[in-house]
Amino acid sequence: MQASNPLPLTSLGVSTAPAIHAHGLVKRFGSTLALDGLDLDVEEGTLLALLGPNGAGKTTAVRIFTTLLKPDEGHASVAGFDVVKEAERLKSSIGLAGQEAAIDEYLTGRENLEMMGRLYHLSGRDARRRAAELLEQFDLVAAADRVAKTYSGGMRRRLDLGASLIVLPPVLFLDEPTTGLDPRSRRQMWDVIALLVTEGTTVLLTTQYLEEADELAHRIAVVDAGRVIAEGTADELKTRIGGDRIEVAVARDADLVRAEEIVRRHVGGQATFDPTQRRFSGGSRDGAGELSALVRDLDAASVGIEDLQLRRPSLDDVFLTLTGRQAEDVSDEKPRKRRWRRS
Amino acid sequence: MGTAPTGVRAAAARYRPVQRRSRFAWALLDAMVLARRSLLQTVRIPSLIVFVAIQPIMFVLLFRYVFGGAIRVPGGQYVNYLMPGIFVQTVAFGGITTGIGLAEDMQKGIVDRFRTLPMSSSAVLTGRTIADLGRNLFTVIIMLIVGFAVGFRIQGSVLSFLSGMLLLMGFSFAFSWIAALIGISVGSVEAAQSGGFIWLFPLTFASSVFVPVSTMPVWLQGFAEHNPVSVVANAMRGLFNVDPSLTAADTRSAVIQSVAWIAAILLVFVPLSIARYRRTTRG
Repeated sequence: MQASNPLPLTSLGVSTAPAIHAHGLVKRFGSTLALDGLDLDVEEGTLLALLGPNGAGKTTAVRIFTTLLKPDEGHASVAGFDVVKEAERLKSSIGLAGQEAAIDEYLTGRENLEMMGRLYHLSGRDARRRAAELLEQFDLVAAADRVAKTYSGGMRRRLDLGASLIVLPPVLFLDEPTTGLDPRSRRQMWDVIALLVTEGTTVLLTTQYLEEADELAHRIAVVDAGRVIAEGTADELKTRIGGDRIEVAVARDADLVRAEEIVRRHVGGQATFDPTQRRFSGGSRDGAGELSALVRDLDAASVGIEDLQLRRPSLDDVFLTLTGRQAEDVSDEKPRKRRWRRS
Repeated sequence: MGTAPTGVRAAAARYRPVQRRSRFAWALLDAMVLARRSLLQTVRIPSLIVFVAIQPIMFVLLFRYVFGGAIRVPGGQYVNYLMPGIFVQTVAFGGITTGIGLAEDMQKGIVDRFRTLPMSSSAVLTGRTIADLGRNLFTVIIMLIVGFAVGFRIQGSVLSFLSGMLLLMGFSFAFSWIAALIGISVGSVEAAQSGGFIWLFPLTFASSVFVPVSTMPVWLQGFAEHNPVSVVANAMRGLFNVDPSLTAADTRSAVIQSVAWIAAILLVFVPLSIARYRRTTRG
């Protein structure tokens, strides 16, 4: 498993038991099956991205690992501690930063960090010193004595992440740390997370963005309906879904049959078709070259093209390929825009 | 971030949690940290300042001047009868801050963060109820000052005055724990607000707070007489020596009943709330 890690693991010594382990986790909420036999292993000092749409069970898994929920079936351990039987000892080895920043809006950034420091049982003097350090490290000095209510989304996430690093536990859980952030704030979060991993922290990160997983993760586990449906490095997953995506929309219904035959020749059997938009879509191993060949062939067959694009695969594509259906929101949360493009 | 933070791990490694303290000491220290948080919130939320400082002053003035002339109490001045009652009513309602605050914490992510910390879990509740105690003490002091300004006079020793205040604070603490259980049980801030208020109206109005129980219909007197709000108000009236209709024996009995009520409420609601908090998780 280590050989396939794309990043150098500076702090990874001899092979040990996985820092995070789950076997056959099942969790039900009433009649809803949130986790349906989830298996997972995260090696010490690596980052594993749990990739899936809203409602896939990512947050439920994180809540079990962080002792906030008890599993109905199966077992899990973090840093060698059982999440149920050794919950109290486990707590000293983990940090959690969530999608809703767990900070007090009416306290200043400094007061928030000092409070968390005291609750981690640092002495008063240490809590103050540690808060000052983290404010510096997370570029919050100027806003340190303003109440957190006035902070931007990016600042809140940074404060939240800072609070989870007070005594820097060996295992960190980041539940959608960049959902809802602008591209610049997202990039800043990525830099911090990458640094923490370089320094040897084991991280389990949940995300809805394939790009985020691609950027940060040693390994990616794709979750659907409470189960891991695919796992591997970013490259392995991309190979499975066939590299970059080619999309072509045909101008006239009359050309569809001819167009389909040509498209299938170029993008392989995985091509999908959306009749309302007369749009074909499929993976391509050699994006640009394949695209120009496709255009030439369509042109030669005088098929009118309405729209044409080559883009990086998204979570939707992963899902479409792995499950044959779109990555739908299965939760009842209000819909948000899920996808964003590389800036 | 301009420059990315460097050496986060190395920096964190310099800090070690303090180890040598008993579980009880930690529970108390954690509670104080969270009580401080709750009090800081009070100062920064304008509606809370109104609730804690302005509304009680308004009550004192309204009852003193609007109803004061119409309501007769046997053998004494209404303002002297009224003030201890208003104190009890105010601290009873003051506990709602605990309920609302806890409901808000449960709704937001911050309780999840607390639960993953190696801190005492009861501190989340104790911190709130201790903060309420501080807030209520502050409110009562303001009301005492306003009360003295509008003619409230007490008699008796300093010791019995302090005993009365101690009883009031005990009552305040006990009622905060009832509000705590409501706050963590209802699941939303709005429900904590209405659920926190609704049961207090019959309890504080069908009591001796505003009028003597003897003026009520007989079927209500039994309830009003033994209701903890009446009992504590009467104990304070006796200790402050402001109600000539209370004999020394009446006062002694009211004090004993008050202590019993406070102890009983705490014995039931503290363990119940803590157990409920440990069980409840956001879905």
